[in-house]
Amino acid sequence: MTQPPSKNPQTALPQQSLRTQSPGLRYPTNKKTIYDRNLNRTRTAELSRASFAYLFVEMISYAQRRVTGVADLEKRLNLQGYPLGLRLLDLLLTRTAPQPSTARPVRVLPLLQFITTTLWKHLFGRPADALERSAANAAEYMISDNEPLVNSYISVPREMSQLNCAAYVAGIIEGVCDGAGFATQGVSAHWANEDPAKDAPAQMWPGKTVFLIRFAPEVLEREEILAKATA
Amino acid sequence: MSFYFAIIGTKDNPIFTHEFGTSKAGGDGLSRFRDDQRHLNQFIVHSSLDIVEEVQWGSGAMYLKALDRFQNNHISAFLTGANIKFILLSNPDTHAPARTTSTSSNRASTYAAYNPTSPAVEEATKNFFLEVYDAWVKTVMNPFYQLNAPVRSPVFRARVAAAAKKFL
Repeated sequence: MTQPPSKNPQTALPQQSLRTQSPGLRYPTNKKTIYDRNLNRTRTAELSRASFAYLFVEMISYAQRRVTGVADLEKRLNLQGYPLGLRLLDLLLTRTAPQPSTARPVRVLPLLQFITTTLWKHLFGRPADALERSAANAAEYMISDNEPLVNSYISVPREMSQLNCAAYVAGIIEGVCDGAGFATQGVSAHWANEDPAKDAPAQMWPGKTVFLIRFAPEVLEREEILAKATA
Repeated sequence: MSFYFAIIGTKDNPIFTHEFGTSKAGGDGLSRFRDDQRHLNQFIVHSSLDIVEEVQWGSGAMYLKALDRFQNNHISAFLTGANIKFILLSNPDTHAPARTTSTSSNRASTYAAYNPTSPAVEEATKNFFLEVYDAWVKTVMNPFYQLNAPVRSPVFRARVAAAAKKFL
């Protein structure tokens, strides 16, 4: 790089050092942009649980700073997870499918299986424990996790016993569903049992969490049409 | 051949557009759209979005092949997992100004043979889309990128141009 000698070296020097090949674009020092990184790396390189727990606690206290109640706090955690779901959808589709051009989920069940197996394995290293359809409402599906990783180091104070910090994971699920074109009326995380003394399985898994997915009516309508078309 | 490539967001908003010509058969990689055709391209691509939405739920395929044509403009489409649409308009430039009269008849005959549904063309288009998709996923993974925001990265544009040069 040759530049004409400046009359005022004090202002000219820092500019020169910032400028690279094309104006306005600054490369990292190792000259590698995000486009030079491999999408398939880090199959074994996982994040340590301690650093995740630390970060997650900070996220909760950040969200808690300006909230009015438990519902508001859960909504904030949900919103933090949502963009993550949108991103993970495409990333995991490219990673899992041998032929990426055949991988888009178009029906509800493949989408939910994608969430309970692929997404869960990516996030927590194991599949989800159960996937059920609500008997009362056809639009509702439930994914249960006996011991959510996000809750393993969180003790909820007694006065906020309704709070389930897995709302963050619910946000991720909502992001995946929304991104794939399955609009939801919200995904929420609930404790499986409010009163642990009543039920035996709840005692075995005191932290069992149910993610309730409510699909929008238009999704069910489309599902019916598709079911007829393939039958 | 001239190409017009557009990435369309979930709200039918353009995110990224790129215009280029073929690099095969001695092409120089420059598009030969007439000035009055450039805005028409946008209309053609926009009108094809309806057809993309019609076939969107028919199969789980991302590559939707050749979908639509308007006069001699052919439309191929690709859908990402998050329903971002990649649309490629290809146009054998029959009315491009011929450089010399001797080659013009020769060129017209190759354009007449252009068939967007032939396996070779489909395969090339698919490979182009997959390469762009790879770069697209990396864009989406950028934590500072928000859904449906325009992509301004010159590196991304260079990636698309490289894929175009390689396959189209």
